[in-house]
Amino acid sequence: MIQAILVFNNHGKPRLVRFYQRFPEEIQQQIVRETFHLVLKRDDNICNFLEGGSLIGGSDYKLIYRHYATLYFVFCVDSSESELGILDLIQVFVETLDKCFENVCELDLIFHMDKVHYILQEVVMGGMVLETNMNEIVAQIEAQNKLEKSEGGLSAAPARAVSAVKNINLPEIPRNINIGDINIKVPNLSQFV
Amino acid sequence: MRALPRPARMVLPSLKLPELIQEIRGAKTQAQEREVIQKECAHIRAAFREGDAPQRHRQLAKLLYVHMLGYPAHFGQMECLKLIASPRFTDKRVGYLGAMLLLDERQDAHLLITNSIKNDLSQGTQPVQGLALCTLSTMGSAEMCRDLANEVERLLLRPSPYIRKKAVLAAVHMIRKVPELSDIFLPPCTQLLRERHHGILIGTITLITELCERSPAALPHFRQVVPQLVQILRILVMSGYSAEHSVAGISDPFLQVKILRLLRILGRNHEESSEAMNDMLAQVATNTDTSRNAGNAVLYETVLTIVDIPSASGLRVLAVNILGRFLLNSDKNIRYVALTSLLQLVQSDHSAVQRHRPTVVECLKDPDASLSRRALELSLALVNSSNIRSMTQELQGFLESCPADLRADCASGILLAAERFAPTKRWHIDTIMQVLTTAGAHVRDDAVANLTQLIGGAEELHAYSVCQLYNALAADISQQPLVQVAAWCIGEYGDLLLSGSCEEAEPLQVQEEEVLTLLEKVLQSHLSLPATRGYALTALMKLSTRIQGDNNRIRQIVSIYGSCLDIELQQRAVEYNALFRKYDHMRPAILEKMPLVEHGGPQDDEAGEGKEEPWNPNRESQSPTKTPTANLLDLLDLLNGASGDAQPPPALDLTPGGSLLHLLDLPSTTPSLAPIPGLKVFDREGLQINLSFVRPPEIPALLLITATASNTSKSDVTHFVCQAAVPKSFQLQLQIPSGDTVPAQGGPPITQVLRVLNPNKAPLRMRLKLTYNHFGQSVQEIFEVKDFPPDTWQ
Repeated sequence: MIQAILVFNNHGKPRLVRFYQRFPEEIQQQIVRETFHLVLKRDDNICNFLEGGSLIGGSDYKLIYRHYATLYFVFCVDSSESELGILDLIQVFVETLDKCFENVCELDLIFHMDKVHYILQEVVMGGMVLETNMNEIVAQIEAQNKLEKSEGGLSAAPARAVSAVKNINLPEIPRNINIGDINIKVPNLSQFV
Repeated sequence: MRALPRPARMVLPSLKLPELIQEIRGAKTQAQEREVIQKECAHIRAAFREGDAPQRHRQLAKLLYVHMLGYPAHFGQMECLKLIASPRFTDKRVGYLGAMLLLDERQDAHLLITNSIKNDLSQGTQPVQGLALCTLSTMGSAEMCRDLANEVERLLLRPSPYIRKKAVLAAVHMIRKVPELSDIFLPPCTQLLRERHHGILIGTITLITELCERSPAALPHFRQVVPQLVQILRILVMSGYSAEHSVAGISDPFLQVKILRLLRILGRNHEESSEAMNDMLAQVATNTDTSRNAGNAVLYETVLTIVDIPSASGLRVLAVNILGRFLLNSDKNIRYVALTSLLQLVQSDHSAVQRHRPTVVECLKDPDASLSRRALELSLALVNSSNIRSMTQELQGFLESCPADLRADCASGILLAAERFAPTKRWHIDTIMQVLTTAGAHVRDDAVANLTQLIGGAEELHAYSVCQLYNALAADISQQPLVQVAAWCIGEYGDLLLSGSCEEAEPLQVQEEEVLTLLEKVLQSHLSLPATRGYALTALMKLSTRIQGDNNRIRQIVSIYGSCLDIELQQRAVEYNALFRKYDHMRPAILEKMPLVEHGGPQDDEAGEGKEEPWNPNRESQSPTKTPTANLLDLLDLLNGASGDAQPPPALDLTPGGSLLHLLDLPSTTPSLAPIPGLKVFDREGLQINLSFVRPPEIPALLLITATASNTSKSDVTHFVCQAAVPKSFQLQLQIPSGDTVPAQGGPPITQVLRVLNPNKAPLRMRLKLTYNHFGQSVQEIFEVKDFPPDTWQ
């Protein structure tokens, strides 16, 4: 079973926090901080498995993490999950995010935290793996988004305008500029309509 | 038209979610961020109070965002309920998310959503049903699960695979919360296995796995589906490339892994099922493409299954070899999982794992801390008598460079292995010395006692040991265990050191003054622990009989420490002073070389050494179980207030000179035994104490009692201390016990020799006090032994 899924950036700022077991709020924040410190110490060329910190549940739990650009994706699992399988699951999740957000970057997670939760809900439910077929997941998410838009009525107008701008073929401005160690995030222009 | 005055509260505009996020990101300090958020939360609270329905979902979305950053959001709980009850999908979506993040079963509010969930499950559209199932399986409490079990069961039969897969997974959660619900969810499983939709299959396999793990009664039922499972696996493995479910060329590795895990559970301890899956396992093991992680995940799971079920031995060897190959993989993750499984296999398939020992040892050198830790555990498990030398070398190398948290484990591992498999005594001594030099601060407390005992027993190596230790000490006086052993050795065998007679190593020319200087340095150094200084002082004292020159320097030091602030040191110094002055004629006898400390079995022959056994005050500094004087006096009080006569081991009682002389005359050799029946004096929960008796014919008044503590229970006995007291007319001397731990299930017992002098031939009575830890509790027993056989005292 998956105990928790945490996504935070290189400075420890949480971008997605999902617990599948109930912890009080202060403990949740402590776990995020502790996990960040454990994961930060790791070099890039060593294994992706960490014995879990003391807060999140003792000897049976492991932290399995992957580092993508500025984000750490950490799954805290117990011994009933296959460690190598979880690595692939993280990859599936990230690729799904990529499909839903079109070249996902950290800003997408920041400004659309709720949407990320909805996508995650289609992959992992109740701490267990639900679906790993990316096409199915993306189809579901699109259907749900359409449903929400159609309900919008007046309040959907800004949303429609936003999506219209998104579809304008702006000249190729990459979302992510990577020059060696420098990582420049170009903000999402559609926000400033 | 009159414009309605807007209520004052609504004047300040509330931020939209993206704007709020921008502001939070713009805050330069934590305090600024807090300010922004607090302001916004006030707005949100106001908005909730207003009951503004269309905007409610936006307000909650903002609240969930600040909740993720760690700010309190409990005032949003009721709003979640309202949103869930709304007919709009947009509202429900945020409402359910809020419920999953903010509500939990410890608050009564959570029960209020049961009704909404029920309605949504039975009448909602597909996405809504999906939301409801998701929420139920995330935070559903036992009551909720009971209420909604029937709804979920109905959903298992719906045509939509989307709903069915969610319902199956929700059922897993419900069974965890309310085990009785297994009865409802077990029957549909067989039907569900025939589905083609992978999502449903994954959910079903998870459900079956949960049912089997929960109740062994379900196992026979599900063993019948083993052929079906094998078939599904076969289709997955044999099918060509399927774009839908493929991950790196492997067809749905997630489903394959789940099936393999279930097969493991079903095949465990069941020949028939194992046979049904053997072929398939072999096929997967040989045909899976292992160039990417997905293939390795499947292969790894296959290996685990093969070794856990009663499979053909050829298949097992194949599995272990695959693990060995994994160890050579450049991917660290794969090496990690391989090391983990090999550790589990090392007991059952020891020789197969031994073949991969060189690779395991290579992993010790890996800079990755997780890997080297696993490699250390596995290496220690692989040490045996044939590879002890090379393994110890590797482990010593590791000890020098390993991370601090592994040092203690590594050091004690090496010492244990050395104890079990040491090829020669000299090698053993060398090894312990090296460990003490490299990681002295991390060894266990009894390492010092073990080493001194080992050296003491190897008479031919006395000269060698003392030379080596002297060199080590001269180089470094900071490693306390090493210093203690070195000081003891120099004291005991100082004459060998000074004579420079050492065949095994280069002859060492050491001056007396140098030795004394070194010991003085240890005594004065601030790095030395009090115990260490005790060792050094005693060693200096012993040297007074071993050196040729005069004793002035030693006398000086001893008299200085007579006023030392440390009580222990002061007591020793005072005693030694007395030894120099009033009892100088006894000094050589008292400071003679110590006999071998008994370890394990009953007294072995010390006849070869032919030394006198002095009443040696040093003995207690070596004893791992130090009996404090106070406790024994308590014991004596139990024998009607007698005090002083039963000699407590630590104190050197100098005033009644007569008794001391008495004991000095006693030989240490084991004379011929006159068989006296033994006596069982204690038996509790598997721990037994038996006494055996010997009356040496040369000394009629002497009785040698050997107390043996043995343990037939399932739990180890630790911290075992035995104290004894006898009536006034007797004299008692307790020698050092062989240890303080009796392992469970008939492990090696502890023995301790008690010497009783009974000049008046009075009937022997003895009171014994035992303190130890057993079954996790500390026990203290005091009892009297009365019915000694007459031969013991007549």
